[in-house]
Amino acid sequence: MTNSRFFVPVCCVLIFAVLVGIGFIIPQWAMFLATMALAKGLVALGIVILMRAGLVSFGQGLYFCIGAYVSGLMANWTGITDIVLLSILGVLVSVILATICARLLSGYRGIFFAMLTLSLSMILYGALSKMSIIGGTDGLNVSAPTFLGYAPEGRALGFSLYFYTCLVSVIAGGLIRVYFNSERGLTALAIRDNELRVEYLGSSVKSAISSGYIMAAAVGGLGGVIAGLAIGHVDPEYAYWTTSGEFVFVAILSGFFSITAVFASSIVLEVVRSFSNLYFPNTWQLVLGVFLLIVILLLPNGLGSLFSKRRRKGGSE
Amino acid sequence: MDLLAVILVDGLIYGAWLFIVSVGLTLTFGVLNILNMAHGGLYAIGAYTTATAVGIYFANGGDAFPLGSYAVMVFSALLVAVVLGPLLERGLLRHFYDRDHVVIVLVTYGIFLILEDVMKLIWGVTPLFVSEPYSLLGNVEMGPLFYVTYDFLVIGVAIFAGLAVWYVLNRTRQGKVVLAVIHDREMSRTMGVNVNKVFMVSFMAGVFLAALGGALTAPMISVSPGISVNVIILAFAVVIIGGLGSIEGAAIGALFVGIARAASVHMLPAAELFIIYLVMAAVLVFRPEGLFPKTEARKI
Repeated sequence: MTNSRFFVPVCCVLIFAVLVGIGFIIPQWAMFLATMALAKGLVALGIVILMRAGLVSFGQGLYFCIGAYVSGLMANWTGITDIVLLSILGVLVSVILATICARLLSGYRGIFFAMLTLSLSMILYGALSKMSIIGGTDGLNVSAPTFLGYAPEGRALGFSLYFYTCLVSVIAGGLIRVYFNSERGLTALAIRDNELRVEYLGSSVKSAISSGYIMAAAVGGLGGVIAGLAIGHVDPEYAYWTTSGEFVFVAILSGFFSITAVFASSIVLEVVRSFSNLYFPNTWQLVLGVFLLIVILLLPNGLGSLFSKRRRKGGSE
Repeated sequence: MDLLAVILVDGLIYGAWLFIVSVGLTLTFGVLNILNMAHGGLYAIGAYTTATAVGIYFANGGDAFPLGSYAVMVFSALLVAVVLGPLLERGLLRHFYDRDHVVIVLVTYGIFLILEDVMKLIWGVTPLFVSEPYSLLGNVEMGPLFYVTYDFLVIGVAIFAGLAVWYVLNRTRQGKVVLAVIHDREMSRTMGVNVNKVFMVSFMAGVFLAALGGALTAPMISVSPGISVNVIILAFAVVIIGGLGSIEGAAIGALFVGIARAASVHMLPAAELFIIYLVMAAVLVFRPEGLFPKTEARKI
């Protein structure tokens, strides 16, 4: 926490400028990769919010999938292709669902929380796979988005999507950093240490966890909308538990100290995945598993802990 | 035969299979406090090893005594347990015992990912078939329907495995030592119990049960990459419904899920894929710690 209240916004603007600047140089495949990494980073950010309270959600794929399906279905049924509108709708649907689920989930901790979130996302997976009206296991195609009336094509489309993703990620990251530094956000860390004490001190653990979960769902839905539009196709795999496992992987890799680290980890994962898919398609999970074990063993608090030792308690983005 | 009876028989068969694949998971959790995500991987390795071993058995004159293939199956599972159990527990897991529960779940998730690819490296990606043991015992006629006798063998093995685990834990000296370790590690250690050894042996038993589940399943399916993923989620659901660490809970959970799935297959096929998670969510709403929870003191 840095003293000046301008610190977070200034950092956000700087990071955004750098990201957009990079967008002008990198080739299109890298831009797509970065867009996906940021979109998935948003979902992982949701897990990080919960991780601060000592909870790991193994079912963020639920909201990732909901966001993606909202964008797909809206584009197909109502013809809405505006990305801003789709984002708002995706977040809204996620938040409504999360508000209902939070009532159930906020009473669970540890493994039970992880498994229950997982089962919720698997219910969605099962339901979507059997709904042939919206494509079943094949999923459905999503038409290219428009940006407040601007309808780019080719490289311009890729860049617009990248630009929008950077903007949204930076804003979301900045807001969540502000939340982390707020009294309510810090309660999460106290819950992680000892929730009974938090209760005795007069804070409601349940409501803190519920609001964290709802926020996690919001960013999850947002990430899903972007991913769905970027790939141009959605299918039930978005809600499958191995998808959620990847988000958990990113969150573990980054730790819960730095928000920048979440997006950085997500980019690392996407790069590792792309290259291993290319060069050793049958052993990429092996690479991932070994990587995960090494991180847990050597960096128990994730990549973010590297940053925050230098700059006390993070502070960037 | 009316619908109810069909559902019951199908549910029983499926439930028995579920019990075998999940009892190892609950045992590992009960003793070591580890929710082992690699369980599905161990199950798949059991299936692969069995497929290979039974294939070799029949290629080398096993036709003369086909029933011997059942012994080969059990032996394959034992082999997996003896090789992988100590390797994973001593080599890897014990370094994480002082960490958070959820961290250990992630460690086993890492192991799961590694095993997935190791299997692809060893056995390749083409499916293996060993259907001989499945058809060996013929069919049973029940009313207008035929059931494969092998399915009832699975029920027998499930009952036997459940009783054996229960007997060892509650009626033998070694089992009581294990119960003591479950109850209080520190105290058992001071009383001279070799806790590390108990952990290793219990983990091996868990691996054996996982591999046995795979071994029994191998003749019924085509053994191919990806079989581990679904099993682990099913086993989790069963174990969570029953209450983590409870053997009788796993049995009841397996029956619950088995019958629920059979009922949905016959009456509402569209729900087949998610009925299991629905049952799990429903049970957890009313019994947050499962049907037979472990009691634990709250620490302030």
